[in-house]
Amino acid sequence: MSEEFKVEIVNPEKSFLVKDDVSEVVVPAFEGEMGILKDHISIISFLKPGIIKISSKTGDENYYVEDGIVEFKNNNLSILTSTIFNLADIDKSKQQDLLKQAEEEANKTDINDQSKYLADQKVEVLKTLN
Amino acid sequence: MASLDDLKKRISSVKSTQKITKAMKMVAAAKLRRAQESAEKGRPYSEKMNNVILNLSNGISDKENAPKLLSGTGQEKTHLCVVMTSDRGLCGGFNSNIIKKAKSYFLKILDEGKELKIITVGSKGNDQLKRVYGDKIIENISFKESKNANYFDADKVGRMVIEKFEAGEFDVCTIFYNKFKNVITQIPQAQQIIPLNNEGEESSSEESYEFEPDEDEILSNLLPKNISTQIFKAMLENSASEQGSRMSAMDNATRNAGEMVDKLTIEYNRSRQAAITKELIEIISGAESL
Repeated sequence: MSEEFKVEIVNPEKSFLVKDDVSEVVVPAFEGEMGILKDHISIISFLKPGIIKISSKTGDENYYVEDGIVEFKNNNLSILTSTIFNLADIDKSKQQDLLKQAEEEANKTDINDQSKYLADQKVEVLKTLN
Repeated sequence: MASLDDLKKRISSVKSTQKITKAMKMVAAAKLRRAQESAEKGRPYSEKMNNVILNLSNGISDKENAPKLLSGTGQEKTHLCVVMTSDRGLCGGFNSNIIKKAKSYFLKILDEGKELKIITVGSKGNDQLKRVYGDKIIENISFKESKNANYFDADKVGRMVIEKFEAGEFDVCTIFYNKFKNVITQIPQAQQIIPLNNEGEESSSEESYEFEPDEDEILSNLLPKNISTQIFKAMLENSASEQGSRMSAMDNATRNAGEMVDKLTIEYNRSRQAAITKELIEIISGAESL
């Protein structure tokens, strides 16, 4: 029996990625990383900045996301996000740009705890990309 | 009757107008295709978002303590209307249709003695509304610089709306935009986004979800995003509608100009013929009298 399921990533502009031969997806859920395999229970959660790792027969793919919602139902994983990049497409300068933005955001003093936490997360993740 | 020279000038002027309207039609047609594509591509996101929220709000245990964005403030005193129009004119009834719809809604609200606040998106709507409702407009946003509707612009509007909501500046928020049906039909829409009105919609599944963290937290995270998403959807629909409306308006204009050129050409030829006949008669009668 196949151990594969379908994943779909959409951002507001378009359907970013559709794959139906995925064996495992690791998403940076708000309360920690979460690995999803086939026949996972239906779940809704949201994401913090981090890396989505998609494993399939053709190899692993990594995506950087800043926010989003995941919904898993009937072996269909939907990820809604407004900011997503394929790690393979991020080069040094792009990464530096994002890092700078994130640091600026994190250094703002007039934001609430949650956005502060998210911004810090963003900085941390971007730093590890080096 | 106009002289031959005048007619000639008229004809050439109408012809050059026709050239412009024809070019505008072509441009609109090209843009329409793009806008329509992005409207279609954007649909899955807002649909999925809606679905998730529907599932969530059905699963929520404690309706009393539901986030205010979902359940409302409990009163309906101040209404915020976000009127979304285009930044450019010459697109037929596109802007007027939205304004008409919005104005009838404004009247209803004012009649009920409620307070009205308006945010206009797009300069054309602002132009039309500021004459009558100038004092009610609290904010005017225009995205002239951005070529296509993009999510960041929508997010800006969304954040502003949420900020104002959290500051307690209004209780109910409605957005006005044109829904794109096809090239000739655009339907002006009024959609209430705060509080979220999804009663009557059936949840797509009876299945129960596991939530992580709990429903309330997800909802309070999700709802602001949904506002931006709905506004973005409206912007996409609007831009497709604008191009469609402009295309059919310019098509009509081109056809009318063609008709006018035909009419003027006939008139020109007639008067030219009349002048020739007159001259001939003069010559003949001059010759006869000799």
